Amino acid sequence: MATELGPRAMFVAGGTDLFPKLKRRQFEVEALIGLDFLSRQVRPGSHETELGAGVTLSAASGDAHLGSNFHGYAEAAGLVSSPPLRNAGTIGGNLCVDTRCNYYDMTYEWRKAIGFCLKKDGAICLVAPSSPRCWAVSSSDTGPMAMALEGLVTLVGADGERELPVAALYRDDGIDYMAKQPSEVVTALRLPAIEGNHSAYVKLRRRGSIDFPIAGAAVALQLEGDVVRRCRIVLSAVASHPLEARAADDFLTGKSLDEETVRAAAEIAAKPAKPLDNADLTHFWRKRMVRVVVEQAIALAATRTGGSRVKLLGQQTE
Amino acid sequence: MGTFSKAMTAQNGFSVIGKPFPKPDAVSKVTGRAVYADDMLPARTLHCRILRSPHPHARILSVDTSAARRMPGVQAVITGVDLPIKFGILPVTQDERALEHEKVRYVGDPIAAVAAIDEEIAAAACDAISVEYEVLEPVMSIDEALAETKDERIQDYGGPNNIHKLVALEFGDVDAGFERADHVREDVFFFQGNTHLPMEQHSAIATFVDGRVTLWSSTQVVHYVHRALAKVLELPMNRIRVIGAAHGGGFGGKTDPFAHEIIVCKLAMLTGRPVKCTLTREEVFYAHRGRHPVLMWVRTGVTKDGHITAMHFKTALDGGAYGSYGVASTFYTGALQTVTYDIPAYRFEGCRVFTNKPPCGPKRGHGTPQPRFALELHLEKIADDIGIDSVDLKQRNFVKPMTRTVNWLRITSCGLDECTERVLTASGYRTRQKRRGRGMGFAISSYMSGAGTAIYWNDMPHSEVQIKVDRGGVTAYCGAMDIGQGSDSVLAAIVAEELGLQPRDIRLVTADTDTTPIDLGSYSSRVTFMAGNAALQAARKMRDMLVEAVAAKTGSPGDTVTVAAGRIGDLSFEEASILAEARFGTLTSAGSYTPPKIAGPYKGSGVGPSPAYSYSACVVDLDADPRTGIVKVNKVWIAHDVGRAINPLLVEGQVEGSVYMGLGEALMEEQAFRKGLHKWPSMLEYKSPTFMDMPEVETFIVETVDPEGPYGAKEAGQGPLLPVIPAVSSAVFDALGVWIDEVPVTPEKIVEALRRKEKGEAPRFGPVRFPSIPYPTCIKVEPPPRTLEVGSASAASI
Ligand SMILES: Cc1cc2nc3c(=O)[nH]c(=O)nc-3n(C[C@H](O)[C@H](O)[C@H](O)COP(=O)(O)OP(=O)(O)OC[C@H]3O[C@@H](n4cnc5c(N)ncnc54)[C@H](O)[C@@H]3O)c2cc1C
Ligand code: SF4
Repeated sequence: MATELGPRAMFVAGGTDLFPKLKRRQFEVEALIGLDFLSRQVRPGSHETELGAGVTLSAASGDAHLGSNFHGYAEAAGLVSSPPLRNAGTIGGNLCVDTRCNYYDMTYEWRKAIGFCLKKDGAICLVAPSSPRCWAVSSSDTGPMAMALEGLVTLVGADGERELPVAALYRDDGIDYMAKQPSEVVTALRLPAIEGNHSAYVKLRRRGSIDFPIAGAAVALQLEGDVVRRCRIVLSAVASHPLEARAADDFLTGKSLDEETVRAAAEIAAKPAKPLDNADLTHFWRKRMVRVVVEQAIALAATRTGGSRVKLLGQQTE
Repeated sequence: MGTFSKAMTAQNGFSVIGKPFPKPDAVSKVTGRAVYADDMLPARTLHCRILRSPHPHARILSVDTSAARRMPGVQAVITGVDLPIKFGILPVTQDERALEHEKVRYVGDPIAAVAAIDEEIAAAACDAISVEYEVLEPVMSIDEALAETKDERIQDYGGPNNIHKLVALEFGDVDAGFERADHVREDVFFFQGNTHLPMEQHSAIATFVDGRVTLWSSTQVVHYVHRALAKVLELPMNRIRVIGAAHGGGFGGKTDPFAHEIIVCKLAMLTGRPVKCTLTREEVFYAHRGRHPVLMWVRTGVTKDGHITAMHFKTALDGGAYGSYGVASTFYTGALQTVTYDIPAYRFEGCRVFTNKPPCGPKRGHGTPQPRFALELHLEKIADDIGIDSVDLKQRNFVKPMTRTVNWLRITSCGLDECTERVLTASGYRTRQKRRGRGMGFAISSYMSGAGTAIYWNDMPHSEVQIKVDRGGVTAYCGAMDIGQGSDSVLAAIVAEELGLQPRDIRLVTADTDTTPIDLGSYSSRVTFMAGNAALQAARKMRDMLVEAVAAKTGSPGDTVTVAAGRIGDLSFEEASILAEARFGTLTSAGSYTPPKIAGPYKGSGVGPSPAYSYSACVVDLDADPRTGIVKVNKVWIAHDVGRAINPLLVEGQVEGSVYMGLGEALMEEQAFRKGLHKWPSMLEYKSPTFMDMPEVETFIVETVDPEGPYGAKEAGQGPLLPVIPAVSSAVFDALGVWIDEVPVTPEKIVEALRRKEKGEAPRFGPVRFPSIPYPTCIKVEPPPRTLEVGSASAASI
């Protein structure tokens, strides 16, 4: 059905992202295909843990197994929007959540008044008028964390089933932000069990609830004493896709974790982040804050390894 | 303090007053049974949507509604030519139309309206209306409004350029005051505009039956809506009935008559069917009438020991596209500085400009939070300059009870000292540990218990209450609208207290222009004071009749008959009321309240006088992260002099709600614009604090028993918001040593101020200049005698 209708249909899971956007006429479709059949189970295993795409964010954040083995993931799920939305919103929907821009996430009347933009009904980008592309911001909280944890997604489409690293699900484009076929359904997320891996997610937002991230850092860390064995840092809300900070990962690997190395790593990680004037607060400030959330997330992950002597830098934002 | 009314002192304690009774409408509201305007759906109701301007400033060349009219399901389409008569809340600024056909002045200005069988059809029909515009240069800031007009002025009155109103007043010899000063300081501040954000969107539904219009609306003032409807619909007032539906919050945002209220009436008249319009959240941002953005300049002279010798205060208000309450707002930015600090010579120059934004108006604290923010910080800076503790400096200048200010405002009861002591002691402010990143701030304020003059000039009472007793049942009728603040509770409590009953024994009929006598509405913190006094008067008359009937029956003298615990003398209330009804016929009584004539002898003196002022003091404790600029408020201590708490539970609720709203304004709320449009007309993007952002609040109720308030009560709904905002900024200074002279105090401003400090620049963030404004020559007003003659304040109208 999805293949048949093409862009005239959309999947709906919890509907928490989709329905408000339909109301604002950001999507105009003839059919919604319900994904109620998706598994709502978290299945722990010795090699990996499998989460059905229908697992709600509340269930993920409250799951004891995830909490102790994939702490950062449960944390990210628990920091999405607000309790009622987490009760309805799914982890699959969160991976696929639309990119955001405060010229775009507005009512039809407002968009019509200011002039439609590239992403919907218009011909130019209002944030960067000289640019040929859309810079809407990837705003998923759990996507970056799933990437830092080296997760895999299962996709099911008309042509059968395939498996992809979560990172391969995304594209650096505000409009075509998903690399999967529109008719493919995410059915599961698999998080591999990596011995000694500890993770943390730090989210920056204006208020203690409801707000999308305006910067976020997902960190997975494996330490031997104070020495970093393995490290994955992925940023949220600073580009049109979750931004992998590979240079920072490489920098930290093999180094002993202290305030100085953490600071330097955060500096490197933050460099490619390119916030624009299309989200809350000024983009200058947001750019400065990227370093801070990265430092905080590394420090928080390090404390979770138990043995680390790195003290928490700065304050936990939320 | 002051004179107590006889009846009150005669009573040995109260049985209802001062007790924490739950609101009469609490259960129906929390269980979803209260009927809001949007819940009403009579048979054959049509739904209305409004087409609004996409341009901030444009001439309308033509409006073509033919396609919309042809759409199936559409029952009526109207445009500005159907409702050409202008209206407005103030008689001097009748500048709005329900639908504009000549010119639009902000994005969101209404142009046409559709009534259809459902909302989707109505919305689609609006989309099908084509409007031709000649786009004009928009005016989006105070500076632009003051500058030479590019295309044409926004309004055709006021001026020069886009100036709406200029005010200049001087009380006492200001120049001499500055001369006498040992130290003079000037500062500039900016307070960004913000909106009310009530949970319930505006909603109205009208019917037209037997030649009579009935409107149910989410309004704070049925009377003003009634007046505007009569004018625009050209109907006598007796053919219009306005009823206040259950109310989901106003905060000043529902005190104007609104276009949609007039539109649904007109559409009901045209179609003969009920017509409903509920604004979308986006439209609520356009209806606005919220906090004016205000740029302020203040200059104050003090003696070595910190006594104020003179003050000069200038304000520039960004009013948006229409007048609304703006003339009053302008005066308010200069009126209440003097009711907290004794200022011997005072000059005020105010200016309101028109801009192409949704109109500003009254929001909780109407026109006074902005100057309060400036004043409190300004005095702290002066204290810093001359090396005096800022709290000491403020305290040295506190006004005293039973005095008159230099601008002729009469202060009766005043609990400033006690409020201050309470919060300083509880918070440990004076002994706080100094640590970078953690700070405390202190501020005080005052607000009116109802405006002493009406919006349109008249000598009639401001509030009236009728009481009917039959077969033992008591009903009180009053035009007052309970907007959640608890005015129904106050009416019930007062009537119950006087008749020896419980609040639940009193039936209330309120806010209905057909069945209730006038009340000027729920704004300017007037209901407890004014409707309360009217209720007290009516209840005492009723009580006298009941007592007289019982006394006559039992042969005992009237003053020996006690009224308490559901009994009048030895009889039950019901028995007593049967005796009284037999004796007097229909048992009704009426009371009314007219404020004393206390305005000063000068033009413009009508804004500021109030029969009593409330006082508040507050301490805020917060963490401010020097690296991120993120502020986390840990705790707020607040003391409020409410005169007497008729219901302490509700007073506490109002105080906590004020703290909440104050923190939102202090830290995040911002009516911002981009490319001529409201930048974020949504509850997700317009940041207002959530549950998670709310700190602990410790509230102290201070009772000074005002000589004229009902049982000594004063206001509680607005005043406690005022000190919170400056206290936040002051606490940030305490924590980090930088001044944020601009609201909201956002992380980016703090980071920027810290960067400047590091570079050796002025350690502050805020405006640096005040524009040159063509204020007229000041009207010089001779100050009044500063102490109040004993007996000049008395139990009013009791
Ligand atoms: C006020 C508000 C605040 C929010 N705050 C946050 C926040 O802080 N962080 C955040 O990350 N999100 C936030 N969201 C967005 C949203 O609530 C979450 O992302 C949620 O996880 C989406 O899940 P859902 O099941 O409701 O998705 P839906 O709304 O059902 O779908 C979202 C999108 O994903 C597609 N989709 C859903 N499931 C699948 C699937 N299994 N396979 C393929 N495609 C699929 C849909 O077609 C749609 O395009 C917020 C939303 C609101 C309204
Ligand atoms: S980034 Fe540009 S194109 Fe993309 S949604 Fe925003 S304004 Fe539109």
